Amino acid sequence: MNKQDTKVTSVPSPHGGSWRGATFHIGGVHPAENKLSAASPIRVAAIPKQAVFSMFQHIGAPAVPVVKMGDEVKVGTLLGEAGKGLSVPVFSSVSGKVNKVDAVLDSSGTRRMAVVVDVEGDEWEESIDRSDTLVTMKDLGNITAEEVVNRIKAAGIVGMGGATFPTGVKLMPPPGTKAEAIIVNAVECEPYLTADHRLMLEKPEQILVGIQLIKHAVNCPKAYIGIEMNKPDAIKLLTDLLKEKAAQYPGIEVVPLKVKYPQGGEKQLIDAVIGRQVPAPPALPINVGAIVQNVGTVYAIYEAVTKRKPLIERIITVTGKSVKNPSNFLARIGTPMQQLIDEAGGLPEDTGKIIGGGPMMGRALMSLEVPVTKGSSGLLLMTEKESRRGEVSPCIRCAKCVSACPMGLEPYLLASYTRLKNWDGCEKNDVTSCIECGSCAFTCPSNRPLLDNIRVAKQTVMGIIKARHMESITKK
Amino acid sequence: MKPVISLSPHVHGGDSVQKNMYGVCIALIPALVASLYFFGLGAAIVLATSVAACVCFEWAITRFILGRKQLTICDGSAILTGLLLGFNLPSNLPIWIILIGALVAIGVGKMTFGGLGTNPFNPALVGRVFLLISFPVQMTTWPVSGQMGYVDVETGATPLFLMKEAIKSGDASILSQLPSSLDMLIGQTGGSLGEVSALCLLIGCIFMLCRRIITWHIPVSILATVWLLAGLFHLIDPSYADPTQVILSGGLMLGACFMATDYVTSPMTAKGQLIYGVAIGVLTVLIRDFGSYPEGMSFAILIMNGFTPLINTYVKPKRFGEVKK
Repeated sequence: MNKQDTKVTSVPSPHGGSWRGATFHIGGVHPAENKLSAASPIRVAAIPKQAVFSMFQHIGAPAVPVVKMGDEVKVGTLLGEAGKGLSVPVFSSVSGKVNKVDAVLDSSGTRRMAVVVDVEGDEWEESIDRSDTLVTMKDLGNITAEEVVNRIKAAGIVGMGGATFPTGVKLMPPPGTKAEAIIVNAVECEPYLTADHRLMLEKPEQILVGIQLIKHAVNCPKAYIGIEMNKPDAIKLLTDLLKEKAAQYPGIEVVPLKVKYPQGGEKQLIDAVIGRQVPAPPALPINVGAIVQNVGTVYAIYEAVTKRKPLIERIITVTGKSVKNPSNFLARIGTPMQQLIDEAGGLPEDTGKIIGGGPMMGRALMSLEVPVTKGSSGLLLMTEKESRRGEVSPCIRCAKCVSACPMGLEPYLLASYTRLKNWDGCEKNDVTSCIECGSCAFTCPSNRPLLDNIRVAKQTVMGIIKARHMESITKK
Repeated sequence: MKPVISLSPHVHGGDSVQKNMYGVCIALIPALVASLYFFGLGAAIVLATSVAACVCFEWAITRFILGRKQLTICDGSAILTGLLLGFNLPSNLPIWIILIGALVAIGVGKMTFGGLGTNPFNPALVGRVFLLISFPVQMTTWPVSGQMGYVDVETGATPLFLMKEAIKSGDASILSQLPSSLDMLIGQTGGSLGEVSALCLLIGCIFMLCRRIITWHIPVSILATVWLLAGLFHLIDPSYADPTQVILSGGLMLGACFMATDYVTSPMTAKGQLIYGVAIGVLTVLIRDFGSYPEGMSFAILIMNGFTPLINTYVKPKRFGEVKK
């Protein structure tokens, strides 16, 4: 029933024979892949006339602006320093004059604190190495693990697959845990998106150096690159490179994965690659010895450590069935989405929905003025026809949502408990484990808004748990 | 342009209630053709009446009693109930009895509980069992297969009747009157019009498995349980029929593939479906061998339909990362 565009069921293995591909063990669906931009090389997007830097580009506390109206900034100038607790700094990706420091509409649909810069020229901070030459571990000499982590933190790097969790924090395992496997997330299981795919094809060796840096930072001997088999060219390129330069890049292995959504989910990927399942929250991947990093993040780490370049640009896929030239751009962070669409052939007339990210987990945007942020992996323009949901009919208890759920939950039950406001029932049935991948709603023959309901329950139950926790603290 | 704002996921797999319901109807086509081949006009009249009556009753109840503007007769579920009810009836059943069966199936079995998705018991079986209890004579005299007429057809003993007689008398020689396994597989035997051809039902079942309309858990667990349990009885006492013939006889194949797998009334998890299937298998053999009715499939399924909410409450899927306590 589920359509699949490419059916690659095996790829040649370097050890002879062929790989059939590992995958995660519970649930999963097969959305149509629609990787329209897979063959278009990364293009450098033009520098915008005005760039907007949100202070809310990551999970945790917002960054705090350190510039004011009228200040001159260069590419790489600090605009906002990391807030208290979990946070990262924000840097300017353009040179020019600060127009204002004010609340601006961003991808969340609300107005939040941002720094707006009017662009003049393209002047870079002198500390940044702008050359394209490959810097290897050898060139870095005796760099300490601490120094690597510090440079990553100072560069404001966050998870670039979309989760935007501060990377520096992830690379400091809590006491009592030990990293046994670095897993590079190159799955890109979201339909349409091809940014990670192109990056692997165009910067393979930089990625390998990035992986070495992570291994060094957390003192872990083993790293895996998980790639779905709908990207056979990337699998081949990296496998050949690792074979050819085995001595230079030891302990790195490419793991081809069966095409199945949501394989790029952190927990699903760990299960697929090393066969370990992370228990329910508050357990973290590091509790089973794994650290997962998106391949885009790995590249940003390479640039931050070897070139002292803060996170000021990223690769973003601009795509859609009616888009003239579906493209992959290397865009400066802060570039308005409108400009990228213009470069991809303009906004199609039949556009009905604008999505930041992929179609399974992305967020519908209210306007094209929204800027590119650290977590913008794609911009998807859906046609008017694709934008409307089908008519909802009663649940026929077909159990397809139960078998699709990659977390082993019962979406139909959680959704009906939500409508009954039975929060206890939702909590007992592990609603907080939901990763919001959307497999349940995707598969539902009755078109029921299962995930919409479950999100309400998850928010409410998490609030209840927090309140209970606060109460128990104050009692003590 | 004002863009549409909604929460993810923004794409849908394209599955629908209609696709599933009509998928099951398509899966019933081989058995439907077989029933027309073996029972001719009788099968055609019974099926047409049953389907038409179910659809009409659903329309009338939604429109006039529930007063709903939105009609549900196009979702395919009423047609499916009609087909399955017809499959469970003898091919010479008078039309007025079929109408009563359809009214009970749709009216009591389905619409009383709110329509599609909310009925605790399989509507077609509710209708069939109501008729079985109310009209035991008409419901248990089956035409011999191979007759094309509707009235004045010759009736005869079904394999299930012979099996029951053998057990009652303890005389294994009665079993020699049973048709060959091949005849029972193809459908060259007496019985309700849609249940006779096990082969055609199996083809339909495989179609549903391939289209992912159903999963293997329920049919396989029922058939395996019946085969093993009947085989055990057969080993202990040869007056109990051969297990393969037990599987091919009566409504077992129809029940295992099409009635027990009804979405609404079967458990939601794979584990729950296995428990449900095994229980149906055990109950069927026990009713067939030790109960007063020769056939136990309908009762077994209805009983387990009643247990489905309980199974759903206590049998949970394995959560991701669950640690065994």
